[in-house]
Amino acid sequence: MAQASAGAHQGHEHGHDGHHDIESMRTFGFWIFLITDCILFGTLFAVYIVLHGNTNGGPTADELFAMPGIIASTFILLTSSYTSGLAVLSMNKGNVKGLIGWLIVTALLGASFIALEVTEFVHMVHEGATIGTSAFLSSFYTLVGTHGLHVSLGLVWMIAIILQLSRRGITSVTKRKVNVISLYWHFLDVVWIFVFTIVYLMGVM
Amino acid sequence: MWENIKQFASEFFVTGDPLIYGADVGIALTMIAIVFILTYFKKWTWLWREWLTTVDHKRIGIMYIIASILMLFRGGVDALLMRTQLAMPEMEFLTPEHYNQIFTTHGVIMILFMAMPLMFGLFNIVVPLQLGARDVAFPFLNSLSFWLFFWGAMLFNLSFVIGGSPDAGWLAYPPLSQMSHSPGVGQDFYIWGIQISGIGSLMTGINFIVTILKMRAPGMSLMKMPMFSWSVLSSCVTIIFAFPILTVTLALLFLDRYLGAHFFTLDGGGNPMMYINLIWMWGHPEVYIVILPAFGIFSEIVATFSRKKLFGYKSMVFAMMIISVLSFFTWLHHFFTMGSGASVNSFFAITTMLIAIPTGVKVFNWLFTMFRGRITFETPMLWTIGFIPCFVVGGMTGVLLSVAPADFQFHNSYFLIAHFHQVLIGGVAFGYFAGLAYWWPKVFGFKLNEKLGKWAFWLWNIGFYVCFMPQYILGLMGMTRRVSSYSWDSGWWELNLVSTIGGFLMGIGFLFQVWQIAHSIRFMKRDTTGDPWNGRTLEWSIPSPAPLYNFATLPQVSSQDEWWEEKQRIAAGQAPKQQQPLEPIHMPKNSGIPFIKSFFWFIAGFGFVFDWLWMAIPGLAGVAICMLAHSFNYDTDYYIPVDDIKRTEAAARGSV
Repeated sequence: MAQASAGAHQGHEHGHDGHHDIESMRTFGFWIFLITDCILFGTLFAVYIVLHGNTNGGPTADELFAMPGIIASTFILLTSSYTSGLAVLSMNKGNVKGLIGWLIVTALLGASFIALEVTEFVHMVHEGATIGTSAFLSSFYTLVGTHGLHVSLGLVWMIAIILQLSRRGITSVTKRKVNVISLYWHFLDVVWIFVFTIVYLMGVM
Repeated sequence: MWENIKQFASEFFVTGDPLIYGADVGIALTMIAIVFILTYFKKWTWLWREWLTTVDHKRIGIMYIIASILMLFRGGVDALLMRTQLAMPEMEFLTPEHYNQIFTTHGVIMILFMAMPLMFGLFNIVVPLQLGARDVAFPFLNSLSFWLFFWGAMLFNLSFVIGGSPDAGWLAYPPLSQMSHSPGVGQDFYIWGIQISGIGSLMTGINFIVTILKMRAPGMSLMKMPMFSWSVLSSCVTIIFAFPILTVTLALLFLDRYLGAHFFTLDGGGNPMMYINLIWMWGHPEVYIVILPAFGIFSEIVATFSRKKLFGYKSMVFAMMIISVLSFFTWLHHFFTMGSGASVNSFFAITTMLIAIPTGVKVFNWLFTMFRGRITFETPMLWTIGFIPCFVVGGMTGVLLSVAPADFQFHNSYFLIAHFHQVLIGGVAFGYFAGLAYWWPKVFGFKLNEKLGKWAFWLWNIGFYVCFMPQYILGLMGMTRRVSSYSWDSGWWELNLVSTIGGFLMGIGFLFQVWQIAHSIRFMKRDTTGDPWNGRTLEWSIPSPAPLYNFATLPQVSSQDEWWEEKQRIAAGQAPKQQQPLEPIHMPKNSGIPFIKSFFWFIAGFGFVFDWLWMAIPGLAGVAICMLAHSFNYDTDYYIPVDDIKRTEAAARGSV
């Protein structure tokens, strides 16, 4: 706890007059950010739904998607969401080692998800299905790629938080940071479920 | 080698137009003057410490306002250039290409780089003071929002002298804005300038929602909150739902241009009409984003200068929230001519007409607030009274435009131009000018000169009607928007000449405003009361200019118009409310990261505009490093000791 307030204000940690819950305000702000991110993905989904039939004589969803890889990456991402939940549970028990451990597992699962996605994209590009091939592929790469970009940024952020945890332990600040990234991670998981359903499952059906 | 450099420079810099050479010289001289003055007076550290790194909402507000006044100047010059070109038939003042650039930058600058920052400036200055708070919820983020806006606006304006301005209209419809039709870099400046400042706007939206929902003074329930803060809430809710759509739309246009994707192209299965749908799904809410705070400003002013409680507080709140929601269901009225069929057009015609109802409710509320009030006519009130008839007429021509079958005639004519300028000038601009005059003493500690303010008001108000009333008729006579010239036998020249005269009257009005500010800085007496207008809300209960921490002790609120009620209680001989004992105040530390990070965004944006990855990638890396640096920095706040607060308060109150 003492490490939390490295500044001159030790003992004021849960200060007075309206600043007692600055961390909960930050979490609330993050929820509002997630609303904006929802609209962002919503717009990309709308674009995909409008354009997914416009294949311009190029490959269709049915011909392109290799489902086994997609199902594997889906399970990897879902599991990482579960392990990020376990990390938060460890934190609530005050177990720093457990917290950091589960965050590392989460990050590794996230990294393998990204690796699978990159492999998939590279494979598709080699088959001649690029972002410039058709409106369908433009919207496909953009929607799935934006999700992948979110996961990648989340990975960098998670590593930063792991480093901070190892230095400072569990404080009100690091606790809020872990809560926020776990919210973000769950959010990306939910978005992926829609990607999986609308892009992949409905694409091959 | 020398030839290569010459070749590069001739493409890199905009050449060949005497107007632009003049501007180049002007820009260079201004830059040299700024550098010289800062160096001569040894003000570089002062600039960095006190302004560039500040997280104080009042200073950020001031910077927003200065930037927006500069942008108003540029947008206004664009407007007058256009009006000069159209003053007489077959004028050869501007080439058609130059004219296209000017109407594009006029629109973008006035909406995104003038109205938006002026609005954010007023949010920043007023909202925390009205709520009885010490700052916004996220001061660091607030500073970042400002600098993203600033560097985004710089990037956009740079296109004027480097590379060439965008010229595909203020919303850049494809296919005109695609590589196929606009191969130059102007359109890329457009995309990145707006994208960077748009991220800032989005974060401001989040910031003020949290501020309003979480940081109100004890006792201030939502239904006791001042009306301006309500209007900010409704505007910010609209921002967070609308701006992500803009971000995506511009990103997709960028992918089309940069990677050859096919979202909005004519070939490859793309769909240009989808861009037009998407951009208006943002664009229509955007006009309500800028008008709602103006409604809030008028509500504050009308109550203050009528010495009466605002009539119909609850109905005003509901009207604003309903407008926020409805604004998302009207976008298609911008292109009834798309041909989406009778039922779709009817739906959007009806939702558009519905918006007139809550707006009408507001107009009646303002009128009934004035009814039997003791009205005084200071400049803020003049702008308000000028606004009401102007906005009513503008609103009604909007209802005419919403009639889908009739719109096929009005579409893209000067009738439309006159309509939206009437609601944007008569509503938004008048509203922000009113707000600026009203809250000016709170920020700077002195009032603006009334006499010059009245001159500015009458020039703007008369100039407005002289400029835009003829345009309604021109529209009905068949003059379409964006024409750069017309013939003698069209019969349009008399009305166009009148319109141009009106435009210049507004230009003179602007000069009067600048003179008013300069004159007032020099000559106006310091306001020692903190409450120069006999105000009603909490911002008037503290000294002007407000101290760094705003409120020495947080106020306890028990009614709407808390400060007015408190003054009534004191006048009735009751004891003033018990003040809480002073305690150390928790404040955020200044930070240079927002400025530096936004500058890296500028670098990255510039790199993408010219397709220079060697510049774009380091720019993005700089952004990432700034983010991490902020994340790892735990030394972000400090406490103001009680003794300092006592000293500041004594100094501020001592002059009362």
